Amino acid sequence: MKLVPCPVNGLRPLQEFHFGGEVRDMPDGEAVSDAEWADYVFHRRGEGAVKREWWYHVPSGVWFIAERDNRTDEFVRSYLYEENGDG
Amino acid sequence: MDRRLPPADGEWIDRDAPLSFRFEGETYRGFRGDVVASALWAEGVRLLGRSFKYHRPRSLLSLAGHDANVMLADGLRTNLRGDTLPLAAGMDLTAVNTFGSLAHDWMNITETFSRMMPVGFYYKAFHTPEWLFPFHERQMRKVAGLGEISPEAEAAATPKDYAFCDLLVVGAGPAGLSAAIAAAETGLDVLLVDDQPRPGGSLQWAWRSNEAAYEKFQQLLARAESLPNLRIRSGTQAAGWYPDHWVALVDAQRMTKLRARAIVVATGCFDLPAVFQNNDLPGVMLASAAARLMHCYRVRPLQRAVVLTANRAGYQTALDLMAAGTQLAAVVDLRADGESGAVLTELYKQNVPVLCGHGIYEAVPTFNKQAVKAAVVCPLDAEGQLQTEHARRFACDGVVVGVGYSANVAIAAQAGVRFRFDETIQQLVPRELPAGVFVAGRANGRFELDAQLADGTRAGLAAASHLGSHTGEIAAVPPHAGEAPSHPFPIFAHPGKKNFVDQDEDLHLADFANAHKEGYDSIQLMKRYATVGMGPSQGKLANDLAVRILARLNGASINETGTTTSRPFYQPVPMSHLAGRRFHPQRRTPLHQWHVAQDAEMFYAGAWQRPEYYRREGTSREDCILSEAENVRQRVGMIDVSTLGKLQIRGPDAARFLEAIYTGNFANQQVGRLRYGVACDETGVVIEDGIVARLAENFFYVSATSGGAAAFYREMQRWALLLGHNVTLHNATGQLAAMNLAGPRSREVLAPHTDQDLSGEAFPYLGVREAQVAGVPALLIRVGFVGELGYEIHVPAAAAHHVWTTLFEAGTPHGIRPFGVEAQRMLRLEKGHLIVSHDTDALTNPYEADLGWAIGRRKEFFVGSRSLQIVRQPPSTRQLVGLEFAPAAAERLPEECHLIVEDGEIVGRITSIAKPSTLGYPIAMAFLRPELTSVGTQVHVRLDDGSLVPAQVVAMPFYDPENLRQREGELVAT
Repeated sequence: MKLVPCPVNGLRPLQEFHFGGEVRDMPDGEAVSDAEWADYVFHRRGEGAVKREWWYHVPSGVWFIAERDNRTDEFVRSYLYEENGDG
Repeated sequence: MDRRLPPADGEWIDRDAPLSFRFEGETYRGFRGDVVASALWAEGVRLLGRSFKYHRPRSLLSLAGHDANVMLADGLRTNLRGDTLPLAAGMDLTAVNTFGSLAHDWMNITETFSRMMPVGFYYKAFHTPEWLFPFHERQMRKVAGLGEISPEAEAAATPKDYAFCDLLVVGAGPAGLSAAIAAAETGLDVLLVDDQPRPGGSLQWAWRSNEAAYEKFQQLLARAESLPNLRIRSGTQAAGWYPDHWVALVDAQRMTKLRARAIVVATGCFDLPAVFQNNDLPGVMLASAAARLMHCYRVRPLQRAVVLTANRAGYQTALDLMAAGTQLAAVVDLRADGESGAVLTELYKQNVPVLCGHGIYEAVPTFNKQAVKAAVVCPLDAEGQLQTEHARRFACDGVVVGVGYSANVAIAAQAGVRFRFDETIQQLVPRELPAGVFVAGRANGRFELDAQLADGTRAGLAAASHLGSHTGEIAAVPPHAGEAPSHPFPIFAHPGKKNFVDQDEDLHLADFANAHKEGYDSIQLMKRYATVGMGPSQGKLANDLAVRILARLNGASINETGTTTSRPFYQPVPMSHLAGRRFHPQRRTPLHQWHVAQDAEMFYAGAWQRPEYYRREGTSREDCILSEAENVRQRVGMIDVSTLGKLQIRGPDAARFLEAIYTGNFANQQVGRLRYGVACDETGVVIEDGIVARLAENFFYVSATSGGAAAFYREMQRWALLLGHNVTLHNATGQLAAMNLAGPRSREVLAPHTDQDLSGEAFPYLGVREAQVAGVPALLIRVGFVGELGYEIHVPAAAAHHVWTTLFEAGTPHGIRPFGVEAQRMLRLEKGHLIVSHDTDALTNPYEADLGWAIGRRKEFFVGSRSLQIVRQPPSTRQLVGLEFAPAAAERLPEECHLIVEDGEIVGRITSIAKPSTLGYPIAMAFLRPELTSVGTQVHVRLDDGSLVPAQVVAMPFYDPENLRQREGELVAT
């Protein structure tokens, strides 16, 4: 079972986590067409890359961002969302 | 004739512990420490099993679980591997997959027709004509498969074990032992596992007759045992590798889930079999099996043997055989130049014919075809072909095959090691190692004992260096020098087509040529078409032969040909080991024991245990539920709703945040008031609903559905981050208990036990108050979920029992009764309240669910708002509506999810139904096409038997449409 690096709790087994999907910027709903909005809502990009992903440590209730290479399934780094000014 | 050899130091059998057991109805004796196959072999039993397809006689081949020739059943246990199964007193064993008996298996007739069963036979023969397939399937089921499962077998509860270590070393041979010692000496916590009953690996058999090697082995063992941070687990296989060194260890008792920080793979090699006619006869065995028989179990393998070899180790085996009293008919060496030095001199001294540049063409069976009576030996020409015109026959009762090795790559490959075929040693060796994975010993292409030991030390220190417990130089170990230990192609054609490549699947050499002719020219296709390596031993012995054969057919190198993928498990694992104890997590409310004491029928609502209804003597389930519901309507009832999600939102942005989470407006909500909240996801699908209570300007308390609370809270947390709102979220679900006191007399029950004025003026409908209840600080919420005057009382979990029993006693004169989830569902359905994710599905938007009213107008943003702009445009495809059935229909009513069908077309489905209801007739909630939703429309619901039941669309709520009862106390215009 994979170990996931939580910035608060350290390395913990995958079982303790909920995967929240890739970090994606929500477009301005007023500025985009219906088709563009639907693309944001429904489409995911699965190309091989280092992805920024949402992960949630369930027992402690911590959301964080992990950068993971989906080709090798290796975590590159992880950090709290708010610590990196991504909001 | 006594086949047991005299006692020797380190033998595995305990001669003071003789055991008696039965095999195929006969009684035999062995010793503790024997495996079944060694004990039977010592008793002179040669025929130990039957092959899968042709039911050919089979026997021990590897004696180490590398083949699946000896599969046994012992009572309810089946598919036991006779060559690794420890002997126990009183075993009553039979061979699996025999028709008649092992000795007279009439399914052996299939061999006669084997020419009519070419490779890919199953794919070709049974698919046409289609109507015959059920017949074929029935027949195939009878003959396919191995052991039989008994339906009488009791469920086994096998606990799982969890373990941790710094370094896992797989394989306790010379390399593994020295790796473990080297790593442990740097201070690491090391676990060394080996699938054999005792540590030592090849030191136990291949090197056993070498006194210097045996002495070294004793030193290694003593050193290993002296290190407190080195644990050795024998009889334990590393069955599978999973990410981040999570390794399944399997022993006879259980599975251990081990987390290591690094792993050394020292799994050694399997013997590479040779392919010649009748190479599967009882008596043809691998050199390692003969060595195990002699040195571990002290059994003379054969009376008169031919040794087929292609390396020096084979000569050592020959000498060991002679020492054990086996006559050598001949040593046949595939190499033109053969061997030189002391081993050869010794054989010559004993007048053993040594035939270099020769191979075995066939093993000649005895009359009953269950043993060997001779070997036919031919010289090899320059192309490696047997020259059959120069055949010589050597009488013998068996052939010992030691022509080379295949690296045991299973665990290493699973751990991500990539391999290449090294032509100089004719074996796979690691090409690329992932971080934290190290390979040592014969699996790393080191064959001399000193090289194996040094390579183990190197790997152990490399692992220690990776884990930070070792610094400094690590001596490299030079690769194998000199001749390859393995023969490149010990495979010989024979027109008789009983020269087996894969004994599990009865695949012979010509099958490969035929599959290749049909176009299956890649190893992956070949594997699936010919099923090579897909039997119970998973190709441990067959795979490297198959790759060699295919490479030659393609005129390609082994590296170009590639190999198949190694997947867990390394050996079959009993289902009971995998199933473990089958724990089922269970959440209980603080009132659980009270419900049980009141004879509640408990059920799982997600992980929660909830009362479905309370049993009453002599009353049916349906009547219990109906009477609980009627008691709420007529008097007063109380239900435990502690399972509700209870979330607290505090902070300056609390109202703003809830406006983003829910579809409705909350900024203008008054303190002390409730609103109904609906939440959607980004696609505009309804995911949650509940009450939103404003307890203070910057403090809200919201409820969420029992099943959805955790996910909803999680999404709230994420949205708080995304939106950057200044809020603090707290999930108080387990911290607080909640009960709903409902019914026309609920005020009379509660009033004496609270300091809150319960009058309609002081505490109106949809009000929320912090007050004392039964002396406990509580939150009182005036809701009408079941459609009656009612109070939801939220208290600390520890006080729940006190408050509940106080109110229950107070309610007794008023006729209070507890009600369960079923009665609550009936009551809420009568009020037309939907249950999110029960009446809605993963595509339901608020407009379809008649929740458009809950969407705040003039709101800039809430989760799902942009999507709802799109989906609210017509045409809508369905609407949630109420249906009522004629009271007379009660006998034939639909279930939830039954379809509504008009003119043969599906136009909707039932989402909830109350068969009896307090209204006196059945009602339901259903999705219907919009054109059918006007009140009074007749529709038809299709039952399981295909018949249609009429129903009529009616307005919801079904009960008290003006909500007068729950609003009791308000000034209502009449």
